[in-house]
Amino acid sequence: MRCDDVALVLPRIADGTEVADIAVRDHVEHCLRCQAEMVQYRKLLKALHQLRTEVLEPAPGLVSDILATIEAAGERGAIRSLLAGKRAAYVGGIAAATVAGATAGALVLASRARQRRLRVAG
Amino acid sequence: MTVDLDELVAAAQTGDRAAFDGLVRATHADVYTLALRLTGDEEDARDVTQEAYLRAYKGLHRFRGDAQFSTWMYRITANCASTLLTSRRRRRHDELPDDMPIADTHPDIDPVAMAEAGLLRSRVSDALQELPPRLRAVVVLRDVYDMPHEAIAEELGITEAAAKVRLHRARRKLRERLFPLGREEAAHAV
Repeated sequence: MRCDDVALVLPRIADGTEVADIAVRDHVEHCLRCQAEMVQYRKLLKALHQLRTEVLEPAPGLVSDILATIEAAGERGAIRSLLAGKRAAYVGGIAAATVAGATAGALVLASRARQRRLRVAG
Repeated sequence: MTVDLDELVAAAQTGDRAAFDGLVRATHADVYTLALRLTGDEEDARDVTQEAYLRAYKGLHRFRGDAQFSTWMYRITANCASTLLTSRRRRRHDELPDDMPIADTHPDIDPVAMAEAGLLRSRVSDALQELPPRLRAVVVLRDVYDMPHEAIAEELGITEAAAKVRLHRARRKLRERLFPLGREEAAHAV
């Protein structure tokens, strides 16, 4: 096994996601270069992991900018809901008026028909 | 004062705006930190952070609590940053290839001594910013934030295999940047 072959798996062995097989283990145990590389990867991964605890403070005003963006989005959503509600009310009004008109028409027609029947009978 | 994020999430999901504001206040610095690590630019990081919270606000009803709220926010942030960087890359013509070596501005400093002095972390931070954004995103999400390959691939819009390849390249570049000695010399430095 050559160093270049081992180099491909060293970072995964260093982060614990891969276990070194016998051939890799044999090579690394006898190769100072690969041992050095393994140590470097371990240091690198440790340092990267430590960055997780670091918090980079944003410049002032970020929170208020975020809240303003959400407020604006909330307003747009509310306006859409209102418009949708009004549209529904408008459509509902037309439907009710149509039903009322049709009912009134039917009543008038029924009343006239009854009067005609009474005149014919009289 | 400790803020119970679970309680805030539950209240925010019922439409309590003040609770969502509380979530923003409690988590914005962490989200901004990730955004800055991914974009490498303060202005971009602010934009990404705002966009991430806007998406979270609109999609909060989809958050089931399977993961922590902060983890959910990290995924949204990664996705927003990826969108920004992808659109920017499409506009750029002078993009550096992934294989371009990163120049070491402090080759004379002994990395082992620095590690012992606790300075390696700050050099790692600097080196991350010199990586191409597509490599930086993967190594930050994987090695700093412990995000699984599958989630990284999903949020960055790439395959899992591509995510693994990028991770390998990023780690190799960082190692070469931080430990610039030749392999022979490095062997003697151990």
